Amino acid sequence: MNPRTPPRDPALLPRLSLTVLALAVLWPMLLLAEFNPAALFDAKNLKVMRHFLATFLPPDFSPDFLQLIATATLETLAIATAGIALAMCLGVPLALIATRSLSLSQIAMRADSRRWQGSDALRWAGRGVLMLLRGIPEIVWALLLVRALGLGPAAGVLALAITYSGMLGKVYAEILESGDARPTLALLESGSGRLAALGYGLLPGVLRELTSYTVYRWECAVRASIIMGFVGAGGLGQLMELSMRMLNGGEVVTIFITFLLMVMLADGISHVLRKMT
Amino acid sequence: MKQNMPPRPRYCLTCAATLCALMVAVIGSFWYLSLEVGGLFTAASLRHIAQFVGSFFPADFSHAHTAKIWQGALETLAISALGTLLAVIVGMLLALPASGRAGRIAKSLTRFLLNFLRSVPELVWATLMVLAAGLGPFAGTLALALHTSGVLGRLFAETLENTPTAAAAALADSGAVATTAFFYGTLPQVLPQLLAYSLYRWEMNIRMAAVLGFVGAGGLGQMLYFSLSLFQMPQACTVILAMLFLVAVVDGSSAWLRKLLA
Repeated sequence: MNPRTPPRDPALLPRLSLTVLALAVLWPMLLLAEFNPAALFDAKNLKVMRHFLATFLPPDFSPDFLQLIATATLETLAIATAGIALAMCLGVPLALIATRSLSLSQIAMRADSRRWQGSDALRWAGRGVLMLLRGIPEIVWALLLVRALGLGPAAGVLALAITYSGMLGKVYAEILESGDARPTLALLESGSGRLAALGYGLLPGVLRELTSYTVYRWECAVRASIIMGFVGAGGLGQLMELSMRMLNGGEVVTIFITFLLMVMLADGISHVLRKMT
Repeated sequence: MKQNMPPRPRYCLTCAATLCALMVAVIGSFWYLSLEVGGLFTAASLRHIAQFVGSFFPADFSHAHTAKIWQGALETLAISALGTLLAVIVGMLLALPASGRAGRIAKSLTRFLLNFLRSVPELVWATLMVLAAGLGPFAGTLALALHTSGVLGRLFAETLENTPTAAAAALADSGAVATTAFFYGTLPQVLPQLLAYSLYRWEMNIRMAAVLGFVGAGGLGQMLYFSLSLFQMPQACTVILAMLFLVAVVDGSSAWLRKLLA
């Protein structure tokens, strides 16, 4: 082995400068984020937390409250399902507009000799709309719509429909483009209509992937609809927000158990649906 | 022609039943929520919505307000960066036992802890942290850190489990202590993957930090919530534009970085 230790670390300079740089960035960040772990042990905060945590046990299993939870759970599931259904109504047509795989001009001229055409403009417009739709998170829409339509599930459904139609449309378009293009091309070249080419050429190959993505989005929508309840869009989240605000720990724990059960149930349903296709 | 046709596909009863069940679920959902989609498009409600949307314009670009928005955007970035950094540290500490380096019991215990941290959404953590640490960005930082350490801890643990052990074993066999074997044998192999995961989560956390403020955890979200509560729609409009801008910048730069690194 080497009898002498090397005089110094050859990577000293980059390491040192990186450390200094990291500290220089970190310090203003700590200030901006008002980083203050002492706040956790502040006597007032500790007292609030201790009282709140003490009420966690036992969980509230009174029949009245369970009834409330059952209604809220159904409402959450219904918001997610209705939201996804509306999102598909908007997302599927937009995906068909935005996708390249049903383009008739692609068979008229091969890609390299093509010029900019009206259909390209329409396609890019479709993509732009999809981007705008998914640009604002669903919870921001929910916050706005609650003010326009009043408290309740309608705001949640519409918020989900807006953001998720953008997501579904974009991914549908990508899935349609990633599938085997040959059957579709053959159909289009032999003169079939675009919808027939979609149904008989493209869909059989990509249906599985489309279903699995839609089911995955539904799962996300269940979670999102719980979250949206925190700004007043109905369902389990709204119930949880109320219980938290009243510092009623027992109710919070019960809602939390329901929440975990529901996420597990959604996982299970999506697993079954994905296996079927 | 007739003999060339493939046989008629068998009628799929389960598929038909599933489709029916899905239809029932969708119709049932609309019925249960008593939503009337048509009711949204009556003249009165359309006028109401147009009025609501109109109240947001023109957006407030006054100097005082934009200065506040910069502050809010920086705060959002700081919350997300610090939250992710804390999560990387905690996630790594939890990933070590969770990858089975400290025995079976420690493994299942830490796995349970990670699953718990991960299954509570950020916004719920934020409501709890607002109680524990008071209103403000610090609560948001903690909330992001708690949820993200669950996510990252699990990803890190899986990466550690899947790393070839030859290098670390060679070091240990030639007399290195466990820590040295880890730092010089295992860590260099997994570091790029861990970094990729952390950056990806940071990207998601910037988006999340922008909305965490709805429950009082600082950043742009808190500004939006305040302006909407005070019916200052033009100010709210600028905050929404700032959020869109922030997300677009993050999306763009991460796509650019990915292309650069790939």
